[in-house]
Amino acid sequence: MARMTSRGPVLGIAALYFLVPVAASLWFTIDSPDGIGFDVYSKGLGSEGLTTSLLRSVSIGLATVALGLLLMVPTTVAVALRLPKLRRIVEILCMMPLVVPPIALVAGVATVLSWQQDLATTPLYGTFQALIDRDFPLILVIVYTVMSLPFLYRSLDAGLRSVDLRTLVEAARSLGASRTQTLLQVVAPNLRQAVMGGAVLSLAMVLGEYSVASVLGFEPFAVWMVNVGDSEAQLSVAAAMLSLLLTWGLLLLLTALAGGRTRKTQSRRKTTS
Amino acid sequence: MTVPVQLKQLRREFGSTVALDGLDLDIAPGELVALLGPSGCGKTTALRIVAGFESADGGELLMDGEDITSVPAHRRDIGMVFQSYSLFPNMTAAENVAYGLRVRGVSSRERAARAGELLDLVGLPGRGGHYPHQLSGGQQQRVALARALAIRPRVLLLDEPLSALDAKVRLSLREEIRRIQLELGITTVFVTHDQEEALSMADRVAVMKDGRLEQCAAPSELYDRPATPFVAEFVGTMNRVPGVVGAGGVVELFGRRLPVQGEAVFGAGAEVDVLIRPEGFAVTAGGASVVRVATFMGATTRLHVSTPSGVEVKVDVPSWEADGLVPGVSCEVVPHEKPVLVAERTLSPA
Repeated sequence: MARMTSRGPVLGIAALYFLVPVAASLWFTIDSPDGIGFDVYSKGLGSEGLTTSLLRSVSIGLATVALGLLLMVPTTVAVALRLPKLRRIVEILCMMPLVVPPIALVAGVATVLSWQQDLATTPLYGTFQALIDRDFPLILVIVYTVMSLPFLYRSLDAGLRSVDLRTLVEAARSLGASRTQTLLQVVAPNLRQAVMGGAVLSLAMVLGEYSVASVLGFEPFAVWMVNVGDSEAQLSVAAAMLSLLLTWGLLLLLTALAGGRTRKTQSRRKTTS
Repeated sequence: MTVPVQLKQLRREFGSTVALDGLDLDIAPGELVALLGPSGCGKTTALRIVAGFESADGGELLMDGEDITSVPAHRRDIGMVFQSYSLFPNMTAAENVAYGLRVRGVSSRERAARAGELLDLVGLPGRGGHYPHQLSGGQQQRVALARALAIRPRVLLLDEPLSALDAKVRLSLREEIRRIQLELGITTVFVTHDQEEALSMADRVAVMKDGRLEQCAAPSELYDRPATPFVAEFVGTMNRVPGVVGAGGVVELFGRRLPVQGEAVFGAGAEVDVLIRPEGFAVTAGGASVVRVATFMGATTRLHVSTPSGVEVKVDVPSWEADGLVPGVSCEVVPHEKPVLVAERTLSPA
């Protein structure tokens, strides 16, 4: 009972901390000289650039998650199974983006991208063009993948530590499973929650990232919001509210996917007990 | 008749540590052989080489006469039960049992039938739909055994499968494993550091030390006629009592001349330690020895007796004969006239 009473104020303060800015933003978007109305939302959805930038952000986010997982799942599994001595080194490398400011990272990337003029007569020029394609800038996917490494590594490492991976892999191998079958049927399903956790954090980071995209001159959703905010403050905040809903929706979807099996198991347990 | 498993001069090193130093072992069809030894003796390494999880630096591993030293683990048709609970957490008990058949492309109907049949065999009918976290440790190991057997393996490997379980479950499961092994007639290699487990379950026990095989024999032979002082002292309880080798291959102990077992390594007059089990002595009331401790152990009572030479020996006597033998009572210790093993002296007589 005492625990409940001490929890209440803490939860209340935390709720206020998160909800007051959201409520204030919402009020700002619906309050107009003519009274309360949702005109800015109906107008905003049709405004130029919103849908394009939003879709661009989502596609960059999903590509970042895919590339990050493709890179990190085999790496962390290989380190856990075969090269445990390299764990510290991999951990330090993956944590680097947390200590290197994004602005320093983007300065380096901008320097590399500036080489394209010197490479205009070589086949590499095409590669540079693909990297800086305005509709789908691959360079952002690459930079965001690097920036998401700490989230992916921490999540996957925690997942790998929660299962006796070596024994599971050896059990699968002794039963006749090939390496691919072991990875897909035994390792991956048992890392699902860790994978989803890392994916959720990475996606949230990409959807809200501004500085790298802005410095490199691309316009994903966060940059579009700031740009439009200079001329239409209400529309900018309304877009921020929409992006908040979208992010929550995506996070809920991923969390539901990750927890699907757990819930199924729990319900089955209730049935059998 | 081909030998299901043959280890020939297997050698394995980890850096400067020699885990296996020319291990030779033949396992007969349908036999359960226990690899027994202290930590670091190489028993688990040997099992992992048979499973294909470790590679040998030298020697050969033959299965049914075929050299499988370089065959990968998933092509060996070997079933294995691990020390830690190794069930796949994302699969039900039935899915776990059927997994080996699934990767072999067996139809789902056949898989389900085989999984049900094996869950019945290990005493878990109706538990096929349970996930590993819904099963107790003993039940999980039963499912692991069923999973290993589902693929009809050529050899079953058990890597200390009972060590994580509590005493009661361990006892019942070891009887269950032996029953199933005999019922299926499957050739089995069982690694354990628990000698009671090894002696009670195995057809033969292979005692290992420093990567080498000390002796491989039936439990009774291992106990009664140990080949080396290490085996004698590792298996069961053993007394070391100083003695002197006499002429004609005998050793004098507490006034009796006992024949020395095995080859005559020590010449007449050599000072040795005589290895003799607690049940190798008789105790009678009255004499120059004194009972120091008496521990009731059910059918027998173990006495710690101080002899006039200052050596303390452990003696097991039937409890019904131990009534008057309480601490402080004088007694006489006399060895039975049976061959004894002698070893280089490590004790100095008082």
